Amino acid sequence: MIKILKRSSAGKRGESVRSDCYFEIELKKSNGIKLDLKSKVESMYGESIKQMILDMSKFFGLKDAKILCEDNGALPFVLAARFELAVKRLFPQTMKEYLLPITKQNLYSTKKDQLRRSRLYLPGNEPKFFVNAGLHSPDGIILDLEDSVAPAEKDAAQLLVRNALRSIDFYGAERMVRINQLPKGLDDLKFIVPHNVSVILVPKCESAEQIHQLEKEVEKIKKQHKVENQIYFMPIIESTLGVIKAYEIASASKNNCALAIGLEDYTADIGTQRTNEGRESIFARQFLVNAAKAAGIQAIDTVFSDVADMEGLRQSVLEAKSLGFEGKGCIHPRQIKVVHEAFAPTTEEIEKAKKIVLAFEEAEKKGLGVVSLGSKMIDPPVVKRAQRIINLALLNNQISKDWRKK
Amino acid sequence: MKLVKNAAGRLVPIEVNGQTQIPFKGVGKYKPSGVKAKPLIRSCMDYPSYGNKVVKDLKTALKKAGLKDWMTISTHHHLRNGDAVTNLLFDTVKEMGIKNIRWFPSASFPVHSHLIKYLEDGTIHHIEGSMNGPLGKFTSEGKMKGVGVLRSHGGRYQAIQDGEVHIDIAVILAPTADPFGNATGDRGKSACGLIGFALGDSEYADRVIVVTDNLVLFPCVPWQIQGNNVDYVVEVDSLGDPSKIVSGTTEVTKSPDRLLIAEYVADFIEAAGIMKNGFSLQAGAGGTNLAFVLFLKEKMKAKGVKARFMRGGSTKYLVELLEEGLTDYILDGQTFDLEGVRSMRENANHVNTSPFTSYNFHGKGNFASMVDVAVLGATEVDVNFNANVVTHSDGYLLHGIGGWQNCLYSKCTILAVPSFRDRIPVIVDEVTTLCGPGELIDVIITERGIAINPLRKDLLKAVKASSLPIKDIKQIKKEVDEICGGVPAKPKLNKDKVVAIVKWVDGTVLDSVFEIAK
Repeated sequence: MIKILKRSSAGKRGESVRSDCYFEIELKKSNGIKLDLKSKVESMYGESIKQMILDMSKFFGLKDAKILCEDNGALPFVLAARFELAVKRLFPQTMKEYLLPITKQNLYSTKKDQLRRSRLYLPGNEPKFFVNAGLHSPDGIILDLEDSVAPAEKDAAQLLVRNALRSIDFYGAERMVRINQLPKGLDDLKFIVPHNVSVILVPKCESAEQIHQLEKEVEKIKKQHKVENQIYFMPIIESTLGVIKAYEIASASKNNCALAIGLEDYTADIGTQRTNEGRESIFARQFLVNAAKAAGIQAIDTVFSDVADMEGLRQSVLEAKSLGFEGKGCIHPRQIKVVHEAFAPTTEEIEKAKKIVLAFEEAEKKGLGVVSLGSKMIDPPVVKRAQRIINLALLNNQISKDWRKK
Repeated sequence: MKLVKNAAGRLVPIEVNGQTQIPFKGVGKYKPSGVKAKPLIRSCMDYPSYGNKVVKDLKTALKKAGLKDWMTISTHHHLRNGDAVTNLLFDTVKEMGIKNIRWFPSASFPVHSHLIKYLEDGTIHHIEGSMNGPLGKFTSEGKMKGVGVLRSHGGRYQAIQDGEVHIDIAVILAPTADPFGNATGDRGKSACGLIGFALGDSEYADRVIVVTDNLVLFPCVPWQIQGNNVDYVVEVDSLGDPSKIVSGTTEVTKSPDRLLIAEYVADFIEAAGIMKNGFSLQAGAGGTNLAFVLFLKEKMKAKGVKARFMRGGSTKYLVELLEEGLTDYILDGQTFDLEGVRSMRENANHVNTSPFTSYNFHGKGNFASMVDVAVLGATEVDVNFNANVVTHSDGYLLHGIGGWQNCLYSKCTILAVPSFRDRIPVIVDEVTTLCGPGELIDVIITERGIAINPLRKDLLKAVKASSLPIKDIKQIKKEVDEICGGVPAKPKLNKDKVVAIVKWVDGTVLDSVFEIAK
């Protein structure tokens, strides 16, 4: 016999809660919707919150219910996600989705070889961090559905992340979501694929087969929802098995844009501790860089977890850069600037790159097949790397746009 | 209550608590003339020649001072939220059966919510000073008998000198004092730094009572307050809770968004060419304010720039600048942490100041207008750069003005504010309460960009070539409205009932605070 729930709740309540809200819905037999709103922003947005709740009740076909809303300054996308969750906890079968319009500012797509120096992790069920994350100018923002979300709140995070992808201005950052480990992570896809995600991070990836499964499911949803924008994958290698299979994984899909490494599980796998020097993971990291480059995609390093140690972070990025990594994970916005600075090319690198690029452009102009600098021939990959350095230098304001004239 | 529209377009009363008021006439448009208030003539013959003015307790002192109904008692906020004596003072006033006191504090703190019962039973008629936290809420709900008057620290001095506020009895809490009444705040178990807010009171009040928990033999040196102005000295066991005297606002913010604002502030000061050898700045307490000093410090070190003086609430961060030789002087208006207290005691270049030297409208000049750049906060800023510091967007009175209005006279006034807090927009169409006219506010720095007042073409030009996110303030407001879900509704206020007035630095009435509609 199916037990029919009469009462549900969703969201967060209590003194310390900020930018979030709590809903309780109790189904009644008659008397329509009875709304009890307690909001910190009552005088400013009380009327619009009430109207929104009534609209949503109508949308979900809620006719007779007692609704309690304790609001601590939740933005509309949060209110909508929490209310929808309370409804869905009462009616798990409902297919309806209360979708807010997609923010105009987010109608941009990204490229496979996009700069991915920094990617900022945000816990998927903590809306207060979402709105301003892009202001700190990370290359990517990851809304996390995996480790930072408690098992009982996975459904809450799915709706919140969906709404955030549509409503939050990412200020040019790449919109990334880390789904749960497969196969569970496949359930996350319908909440992100139709809603303007750019990169899907696949944790604890251990086989090409997993990427194939993901790709199949993503294609299916894209077709259903007529999604046209490109969606890339970033498998995260976190185990000894994953490391060994790195190349197979990296080349499993044309949609792979990067291979990332996560070291907590890996060090446990090999039976040792993580150290700041990282000698225990040197094989895994070098192997991963090699696999990624062999597959023609980016290699991205793990996070640096001591948010107070900026010098340690800088050293860690310089080391990662020297190994061939092109990006680093960030768990605090203050890390972003340090990461960008450390990935920035040195003055010598820039000067050398300028000469190579100028020589290349000169050769092109003259229609020469071979680029040479002085008496040395320059191979195409060297030119490509030089162009990349110039682009980075431009991004970091290290050279001006008219550097050719100087 | 009859209201008129002042030069800022705000409705203000022309009479408050039986006193005639002058509506705001515009910045720099009102200049009173005549003679300043005059203290009574006293004679040393009336005081013990051996110098001992100690009396048994506060009640005795109040009796000797001739406390009566309808008198004005002044106090000061040097002990901040650790102050236990102001509450004891009014317990005593109540015990003596006195009614309708005008309480004239330099600021109030949540600890003073103890006094709400005396506002209710008529012991206190009304407050002129600041009404913070619970006292502000009480006032906003229309429960105070009289009308509150909000003044800046400089405005408080001006009101005393204009005779607008005649202090009958000043009660000065002194962490160290001698029996003659010389007093200082820089030492003793309740050390709070300086006690300069009491300077005007000590000179103009009819009777002055010094209360201390550290009575030392004559002479108490330095004498921040001169015993020659003091009538009675009272010794108590404790002035209050030292842990709450110097804490609360002195931690650098950890919020990434506030740090971003602070970084923009430092970037702006450098890009605008303000940060150069011999410059000066005003820094306060509060997370963002402390953080920008740290960012600026790195820039000063990198460029080898040294400041001449830094004004403001001193903290360990300012002290570091002084001790590392990055500024010649700290001109301290109030001390926020124990490092500040220590430095003031030990370092001759850490100088204690008062609202007289720094802020007073009737001074022959004041320090605040000489500062190159002041960085301040606000609860609301509107698209015309007008700002509010006393009420929130829901209409409730929650803060005092402090030295904020006075600091607006610096050469470059920056308000460093988040563009919204939770779902409460800070950048709005029109401020709920006007505390600072936009013509004096030069730059608004938020996490979403920097808005420069169009009047400051020089600043606009100076930072034009920089990579700073310069935006039109209306653009920032538009972004905030989009995030918050539309333009916020105005609070529902009872426009027939003024619960408090906001004074401008010259003593005119800038705006009214209205009762929250029931």
